[in-house]
Amino acid sequence: MSSAIAIETRRALKEYGTGSHAVRALDGVCVRIDKGEFFTLLGPSGCGKTTLLRLIAGFETPTSGQILLHGKNITTVPPNLRPVNTVFQSYALFPHLTVADNIAFSLRMLGRSRSDVLQTVERMLSLVRLESFASRKPQQLSGGQQQRVALARALAPEPKVLLLDEPLSALDLKLRKEMQRELKRLQTETGITFIFVTHDQEEALTMSDRIAVMRSGKILQVGAPREIYNHPVDRFVADFIGETNFLSGRVEGDKIRLSSGELVAAETEGHSGSVTLAVRPEQVGICPAGTSDSLTAEIVDTVYFGTDTHCHLSLADETELVARLQSPPSGNIGLSRGEKVGIKFNPGAVQVLNE
Amino acid sequence: MSSAAEIAAERKERRRSWLLSAPALFVLLFAASGPLLIILVYSFLPPGKYGNVEWGFSLDAWVGILYSRDIFDGTYKLADAHLTIFWRSLKLSLYTTLFTFLVGFPTAWFIATRSAQMRAVLLFLITIPFWTNLLVRTFAINQLIRNEGVVNTFLIWTGVIDTPIQIVYTDFAVFLGMTYVYLPLMVLPLYATIDRFDMRLLEAGCDLYASRWQVLRHVIVPVVKPGIIAGSILVFIPSLGAYVTPRILGGGRNMMIGNFIDLQFGAGRNWPLGAALSVTLLLAVAVALFVYVRYATRDDNRV
Ligand SMILES: Nc1ncnc2c1ncn2[C@@H]1O[C@H](COP(=O)(O)OP(=O)(O)O)[C@@H](O)[C@H]1O
Ligand SMILES: [Mg+2]
Repeated sequence: MSSAIAIETRRALKEYGTGSHAVRALDGVCVRIDKGEFFTLLGPSGCGKTTLLRLIAGFETPTSGQILLHGKNITTVPPNLRPVNTVFQSYALFPHLTVADNIAFSLRMLGRSRSDVLQTVERMLSLVRLESFASRKPQQLSGGQQQRVALARALAPEPKVLLLDEPLSALDLKLRKEMQRELKRLQTETGITFIFVTHDQEEALTMSDRIAVMRSGKILQVGAPREIYNHPVDRFVADFIGETNFLSGRVEGDKIRLSSGELVAAETEGHSGSVTLAVRPEQVGICPAGTSDSLTAEIVDTVYFGTDTHCHLSLADETELVARLQSPPSGNIGLSRGEKVGIKFNPGAVQVLNE
Repeated sequence: MSSAAEIAAERKERRRSWLLSAPALFVLLFAASGPLLIILVYSFLPPGKYGNVEWGFSLDAWVGILYSRDIFDGTYKLADAHLTIFWRSLKLSLYTTLFTFLVGFPTAWFIATRSAQMRAVLLFLITIPFWTNLLVRTFAINQLIRNEGVVNTFLIWTGVIDTPIQIVYTDFAVFLGMTYVYLPLMVLPLYATIDRFDMRLLEAGCDLYASRWQVLRHVIVPVVKPGIIAGSILVFIPSLGAYVTPRILGGGRNMMIGNFIDLQFGAGRNWPLGAALSVTLLLAVAVALFVYVRYATRDDNRV
């Protein structure tokens, strides 16, 4: 049903430059983003996240392909005629205008009435909790406050879609966490479709309704955070989202024979031959050596992280593996270097990826 | 406890800095304020028969700025000739400022948006006119636009016109010359501010529903306003007091204040009037500057 879709890209392809110097920033991206969704584009630097956002905002036109907004083709519509607003990474606040006038800018450009402008500005100021800063200039605000002004300014005209290009990357950790919650709250309160760009997987996991993982101008996987985390489609996605142990092996019936020669249970349907297994560190359990159905391993090192302790292990063929264990109250998990232990994977935690 | 020694050191430091700036202060005091004071005093003296001044007190020069005395019946009439000169000076200076801005702004924008290498070359080209004497350059313009000059000769040769167009010795010629001479003074400060302009603001404006024209009007112009103010001042003030350009391109008839003042100290043999005119020009510039800066920096940035 098309009426539920806010943004759709149809084989959006973007090349910068021409001829032999052309850089393909986007390689035929097809994605559908639902109305009212918090959608995140996640990927390493240079994978084309900003480019996709700029195509949606209208700052760039695709070399080929189409962009649809609420079912209407807007591929060549200039940015000032698209009901889409952007929160820029650098905020790009107008230095000559006060906070209130920054927020009012779009409303005045749209020719809204004076009382309408005043009301909306007031509402926006309270939405981002900056009521007492209305007459300040942007230079007189802290980074977090500027960020909120940028948000209020982009939300004021009630766009159909809000684009956010790594809006939190300039903030320190504490402020970042705070703004993550704030953003989520704003999105829920306004019901506006958010397209959020980040290269921080944790941020993506905690905030999004759905995530698109990108690499080299392509979308590799789209899905809810849990789905992406627990069922990555390939090694890149598994590695990029959270930490993962990779083990290589071969399918043998409903089991997999690891390169160490041991057998592990896994969902092998649809796979054959050489495969890669992905196991999250928190899904690895440690038991006494020789426990039945366990793999033998040797402790290489333990690293204390406060709530967790990371236990570096080595299998019989020297394959390295990390187990994340909850630290006991004493802080010491009682395992020492060189000790022989058994390891078990939680049921359903082993993901099989084709080579 | 450290205070006594520290205060002494500080005082010594302060004395030394005064001492260091003494030469500059001396020059400023005597070379700038001195002559100004003399001019002010002269404007209240009666003129001498063969130039110079006589000792005494007279307001004739100040009255003479606007009024001329009929030599037969001694009545005072508004001096139309003077008013024409003032008006021409003001008009041409304003036109020059406006036109250098209209031409200079796109130029400065163009330069500021080139690559670093290209920018250096273009800025260098902008400053080239300063290498030659103003007099020489103005005569060169004269050569271009006079009746037997390059432009007219070419137009007649190509058959566009039969008789030369009278360009030189008109107000237009003076305006043309001043625009040429003062253009770099507009471009350079504009360039300096545009260079610091954050181009991402253009996208922000466009994103927030401003058309290209509205982005220019509501984002670019207010942000680069300091450069516009500086450029306008740098062009307007010397334009108002221009001497060489109107002299050479305006001929004897199309005088500006600068030439008029010169006339009083020369053939006019009325030093006090020249002095009073100088002081008036100074005051006019000061007032214009004050009003302009107050107006231009007023917080009228509301969209
Ligand atoms: N204006 C441009 N000109 C040329 N190449 C560009 C331009 N913008 C981006 N690129 C290239 O396109 C690719 C994708 O860039 P970008 O969309 O900015 O990635 P991301 O935002 O994911 O870091 C990169 O290889 C980048 O170098
Ligand atoms: Mg980017």
